[in-house]
Amino acid sequence: MKRTRKPGITRRSTLALMGAGAVSFAAPWVARAQAKTIKIGMPTILSGRVAQLGTSSRNAVLLEVEKVNAAGGLAGRQIEMVIRDSKGQPQEAARIARELVNTDGCEMLLDGEASSGSFAVHEVARDLGVLCIHTCSEASSLTADPKQHIPNAFRCVRQGIHDSIVGASYAAGIAKAKGLKKWATCSPDYAYGRDTTGEFVLYLKKFAPDVEIISESWPKLFQPDYTEVVTKILQAKPQALYSCLWGGDLTSYIDQANIYAMFTQMEVFAVNMADYTALTVVKNLPKGIHSGDRYIKTFPPTPENAAWGDAYKAKYNEYPTNWSWQNATAVMFLNEAVKKANSTDGKKVAEALTGLTIKCPFGADGTVTMRADDHTLVGYAIGWGTTIPQEPYVPDVKAGDWKTIFELEAEWKKSKGYT
Amino acid sequence: MDLDALASCLASPACLVTQTTSGLIIGMLLFLVAVGLTLIFGVLKVVNFSHGAFYMFGAYFAMTAYQLTGSFALAMLSGAVGTAILGLVFERVFMSRVYGRDVLMQLLVCYAFVLIFDDVVRMIWGPEFKSMGMPAAFQVPPLFIAGGVVPPYYLLLIGVALAAAVVLGLGLARSRIGKVIRAAAHNPGMVSALGINTGLIYGGVFALGGMLAGLAGALAAPVRSLTPGMGFSVLIESFIVTVIGGMGSIIGALIGALLIGLIRSFGSLGFPLFTEGLMYLFMVIVLVSRPTGLFGKEVA
Repeated sequence: MKRTRKPGITRRSTLALMGAGAVSFAAPWVARAQAKTIKIGMPTILSGRVAQLGTSSRNAVLLEVEKVNAAGGLAGRQIEMVIRDSKGQPQEAARIARELVNTDGCEMLLDGEASSGSFAVHEVARDLGVLCIHTCSEASSLTADPKQHIPNAFRCVRQGIHDSIVGASYAAGIAKAKGLKKWATCSPDYAYGRDTTGEFVLYLKKFAPDVEIISESWPKLFQPDYTEVVTKILQAKPQALYSCLWGGDLTSYIDQANIYAMFTQMEVFAVNMADYTALTVVKNLPKGIHSGDRYIKTFPPTPENAAWGDAYKAKYNEYPTNWSWQNATAVMFLNEAVKKANSTDGKKVAEALTGLTIKCPFGADGTVTMRADDHTLVGYAIGWGTTIPQEPYVPDVKAGDWKTIFELEAEWKKSKGYT
Repeated sequence: MDLDALASCLASPACLVTQTTSGLIIGMLLFLVAVGLTLIFGVLKVVNFSHGAFYMFGAYFAMTAYQLTGSFALAMLSGAVGTAILGLVFERVFMSRVYGRDVLMQLLVCYAFVLIFDDVVRMIWGPEFKSMGMPAAFQVPPLFIAGGVVPPYYLLLIGVALAAAVVLGLGLARSRIGKVIRAAAHNPGMVSALGINTGLIYGGVFALGGMLAGLAGALAAPVRSLTPGMGFSVLIESFIVTVIGGMGSIIGALIGALLIGLIRSFGSLGFPLFTEGLMYLFMVIVLVSRPTGLFGKEVA
């Protein structure tokens, strides 16, 4: 027999309604209790080709947050990280950033996006007025261009222009000592590759006016085969080669250039070589490739830096990346700024961050500074050295001189019309 | 445009040798992938959009076998045999269900498997890029032929690919199995009526195609970085090769692949900013003058 339901409110639904009512009345207490924790949102890249870097950013943040929480949190509030995958798409990064603040109730943002996404998150920070620290974008204009400047956004990342000045100054020294006049370049064909190579060449010629670029190659990003590029460079017979290829592209290139014995025929300057992601993957790493320091635990050569690298490896069973130290530093900055402001209020923390100098394992002199006039990181350890095929991979890094960096950066800003 | 560089290269035997072998290397690897694609299309009439995944699996199988055994020969064998088995299973379980269906349907199934296979690789081997490393036997200085630079490993690579082309060409033209495959491509109904198991033929052809792509992946593994999704970039160029050579034609795939390889190697000298463009331009010219490709047969 089929039973039919009587119209009207049943006993069961009345009970359910009462229950729901009780929960909604109780909710404010729950919410108030949760507000003791502080939520920090973080869009970053957790899938796709750059996932390894995003994951290493998340790992570093969680490592540092654990320490801050163990020491009592931010002004007594435990940190709860809300980390979402943007898949490396700028529009997705912006959507997630907005959602993290508006829906999830995050009071601050760590922007773990590559350059393309960080400009999108920057606009969200401008719109919402939320405190935002960029932790991965190296594009100089993000903070150098006054049009981008907002009081609530900071960049805790190495900067393209700093790398170019230090790299070119190091390379020019070797060029003069060894008489390297004929240079070739080989960099990926997109904004980062073109800009970084352009700036490097600009300063190389400034420091060593005899240098001449005799061959340029622009393989496309993620190109599987570089044979034609390798042989083209061999034909040109340069004395030195500069490349800002990175990650899997760089390791492919090295494997393919290796069997042409390219590394015995010219000095190679590959700015992105000295990062563990590349160093540990290449099976036959040639000796003597010149590289900038991305992250290695032996530079700066301090016990603090080595201990940090080892602690990260012990926890995650792999070495940190360049993105890792930058993200860790951002959490250190937040911690110190909140202590200084004695508050977790975004505006007060931003004021405290401006011009703040903190102790940091990644500082050139044991400290790093959030420069007041353009809200960007300075004083971090930056240098170049040559590779060997086993640990420590880059045994002797020659540190860059921050005085020279500041002078030339000021000139560069003027030439760009930024100051 | 740098026509001077191209002209001076053409005038120098050393440059000519280096760039020609460079073109042959790119071309032969492409051929191994493209020939499987064209074979599967010729017999099964399916555009196997997921073909790049076999190239990817071949590379990963080879790397794993090399890490476990340290033997380069076993690595190559695992790459080829592993992908052949994978191809057979894939064809019998999934692809055989969409024969004769709408092209869009076939394309969707294949595309779904492009994503699925990428995720499978990500789960087994991880999302980060890997490198197999060059076996010690090939870590030797390059040879100098007429002043041109030729790495010994690339000679092996060209040799293996050429041998595959010859065996495949002769096998299809002369052997009994080859005749059956050609007959199945031409008239599957009649072949079936003669008591030949067409399902077996289809599975075999798919496995053969997968094996060749897997072999290409295994041969490329020592010199290319391995990442989930690495098959896709090779797939696009393989399509260009099959379109230029003519869908279904093995000799077409060989000539198409070699032409693309040479365009890349000499194009990068003369037209450094338009090397990719040259490939597409060449494809357009072929398609306009011969819509069925260089060796494609007119459809009656």
